[in-house]
Amino acid sequence: MESYILEMRNISKEFPGVKALDNVNFKVKKGEIHCLVGENGAGKSTLMKVLSGVYPYGTYEGDILIDGIVQKYSGIADSERAGIAIIYQELALVPEMTVYDNIFLGHEITKGISIDENETIQKANEVLRKVGLKVNPSTKIKDLGVGSQQLIEIAKALSKNVKILILDEPTAALNEIDSQNLLNLIRELKKQGVTSIMISHKLKEVISIADTITVLRDGKTICSMDATANQITENEIIKHMVGREIDNIYPKRSNVKMGDVTLEIKNWNVFDPNVGRQILHNINLKVRKGEIVGISGLVGAGRTELAMSIFGNTRGYKINGELYVNGKKQFFTHPRYALEAGLAYVTEDRKGDGLILIQDIKRNISLANLKKISKFGVINENEEIRIANDYKRSMNIKAPSVEQIVGNLSGGNQQKVSLCKSLFVFPNILILDEPTRGIDVGAKYEIYTIMNRLVEEGMSIIMISSDLLEVIGMSDRIYVMAEGRVTGEIDAKDASEHRIMEMATI
Amino acid sequence: MSVFEELRHLLKKNIREYGMYIALAVIIIAFGIMTDGLFVSARNISTLLNQTGYIMVLAVGMTIIIVCKHIDLSVGFLAGFTGAVAAILMTKHGVSEWLVIPIVMVFGLLVGLLNGFMVGKLGIPSYVVSLAGMFIWRGLLLLVTQETGTIIVPNKGFNAIGNGFIPDIVPDSDVHILTLIIGVAGIAIFIINSVRSRQNKIKYQFEVLSMPLFVIKLVFISIIIGGITWILASYNGLSWTVVICLAVVMIYHFITQRTSLGRHIYAVGGNDSAAQLAGINVRKITYIIFGSMSMLAAVSGILFTSRLQSATTTAGTLFELDAIASAFVGGASANGGVGKVTGSIVGALVMSALTNGMNLMGVDISYQYAIRGAVLILAVFFDVQTRKRGK
Repeated sequence: MESYILEMRNISKEFPGVKALDNVNFKVKKGEIHCLVGENGAGKSTLMKVLSGVYPYGTYEGDILIDGIVQKYSGIADSERAGIAIIYQELALVPEMTVYDNIFLGHEITKGISIDENETIQKANEVLRKVGLKVNPSTKIKDLGVGSQQLIEIAKALSKNVKILILDEPTAALNEIDSQNLLNLIRELKKQGVTSIMISHKLKEVISIADTITVLRDGKTICSMDATANQITENEIIKHMVGREIDNIYPKRSNVKMGDVTLEIKNWNVFDPNVGRQILHNINLKVRKGEIVGISGLVGAGRTELAMSIFGNTRGYKINGELYVNGKKQFFTHPRYALEAGLAYVTEDRKGDGLILIQDIKRNISLANLKKISKFGVINENEEIRIANDYKRSMNIKAPSVEQIVGNLSGGNQQKVSLCKSLFVFPNILILDEPTRGIDVGAKYEIYTIMNRLVEEGMSIIMISSDLLEVIGMSDRIYVMAEGRVTGEIDAKDASEHRIMEMATI
Repeated sequence: MSVFEELRHLLKKNIREYGMYIALAVIIIAFGIMTDGLFVSARNISTLLNQTGYIMVLAVGMTIIIVCKHIDLSVGFLAGFTGAVAAILMTKHGVSEWLVIPIVMVFGLLVGLLNGFMVGKLGIPSYVVSLAGMFIWRGLLLLVTQETGTIIVPNKGFNAIGNGFIPDIVPDSDVHILTLIIGVAGIAIFIINSVRSRQNKIKYQFEVLSMPLFVIKLVFISIIIGGITWILASYNGLSWTVVICLAVVMIYHFITQRTSLGRHIYAVGGNDSAAQLAGINVRKITYIIFGSMSMLAAVSGILFTSRLQSATTTAGTLFELDAIASAFVGGASANGGVGKVTGSIVGALVMSALTNGMNLMGVDISYQYAIRGAVLILAVFFDVQTRKRGK
């Protein structure tokens, strides 16, 4: 019989009104890489929270067994002692503290009552070597990129003698190269005997790395597939995830006739006084009516910075260049002027600067265009509810009502609200920054369908995306950026992942 | 769904908001019993409202400051200083009180805009800006009053603001007729507004309260307004302080709950970068909230000076903390984006009802502070708990 390092038996967990987990069985073999997939809201995160003691023993039904012994955690500290370490999507590092302080945060190495700094640094160097990160341990976290920060989280876990490493969407915020490094590291750790559980939406990654794949749907275990023996395809996984087949991830759009150029930038140079250097060099770019233009490139290539510099320059850049919107020369000093000119921007960070999480759906949707629903500055709240209901229906936002607080919605539904907010200003040029990041296959498909509908109605869309297949699948034309420059422009018909990566890594 | 079930559902949904009203009612009833009715006597209720006036006005302004994740510690001594300036202008320079009031209000507004500039444009934390302001206004208050000490204000018109009552149309009647008329008019306006809003909702085919519950709600609130009116009318009627406070509350309630400006304030408090990307001028909002705050501090200074009929060297001490406590008791959140001016008014009433009731019972001042502190913690704890459960 095979030995399971971890068994979760008949786990059920209820929240008021929702059964988040329904008799889930989850078994992990010693030393394997086990991927957990499922749509948002399928119960992956809840399951991992049960495992890591966030939901203590007694608040769920069922048993957790580690090496065959039933575990009863009363908190995270207990599960850590048992050798479980969880790395969340949102990194839990203290930006103002050094790398070594962060690694040993909570289990500091002391001599007497004072911290043994030399020993700490030496131990930090050891674990940093294990994760293959070459940084000075005295560097502050805030001076490192997300990729390095992710590795430090893993180093932190390793310093606690981890047996089971849980990674929640570890590559969501990473570029291709950092992602590959991270996946290689997980493989390396496997050789050293560490068992990993990885939650991911990126099915390519899952297939390339997993020994076993478990699919959750609606709080139930759908299946557990052995990926070492059989070749599993993306389609198979998707079928299990959504319960039906999606034959084409990128919906076809009818032949849209393209019109005039709606947005154009010429010789766009941007200097960022905060970092003291030029971040965009001589960018030339244009979009036509009815066209989806993709902007691809690695994280840090300057794509979001480009969008922000066009859309009202909220970061205080110094800009030199020409911007034409709907044939008129423009320069926006605040987002409201950009909105007035027919531009809208859907941010990549919907929680950080897209939505007001403590407010409800209707207030988020109406925020950027209150003028539309008010008279002499007084808001017609009935009209607001009606409009929000219309959007809720047409965008298929899943919520009990438009009075639902946005912070309680799933990622895909939040993204739809964020999109609605931008659409309610009735733009003719829409900039979408990572429109499908961290949302599930079903919601992605819906967003793509909406995008198609919008260009068919005559909108211009600029889509910034790190997902190469998405850029190729959805765009008409693609600009590739690297290090603040446009390094290539290709027709989507001629594009391939390989060609884009070549241009993106100059 | 039966009326009873609907009522339970309604209470459950709004427990956070209703909680404060219930707490206030409990306090009033408890003190009423413990003081053998003295607490709820017409005279005492009238005094209680007049005493709370200058804090209520500050609490209104402080609410929107806290909603935007700021704080203003300078308003206490600013109120003291503007009160002293008003007194000096009237006594030494013979300026009419009707001119003095707008002058100090404009002065307050300018001071607030300067605060807004330092917070919004220069990026100095509001905590620091207003702490500095607290020192500065305290110093200036001492400076202008140290020669003369307490400045007695002889102007009858000015002193009526804090002590006087609105005139009656029927002289020498047992009850204050004009107050009754205003109360009845208030009830009528409330009912008409509620009915109209309900009809509007029905026109949009939205869910509304069932007819019986709607009527119960109307009757209940009408009784409360009527009761307060009757209590006040059987004494001296509405005081000018209450009139001013009502006006301030109604204006601010309307602005924060019904207008775009109000939405912008809550948006900035909820997530300022999202607000900015939605085209909202965050800096402008900062100017507005600080401007309004200091202007209300001037109003508060006028109310207080008028109530004492004099400006003193220590006027305004700890007003800012009473206002902040009122806002927190009234449901404002230190994390921003949450809080209503009506809540803060109830908070202010809870705090001053406690003081007043304990005074009547002869509780020692040292215990009073401790008890008020405990109530502040309890109120915020209740708030945090209900919010958690909401998630």
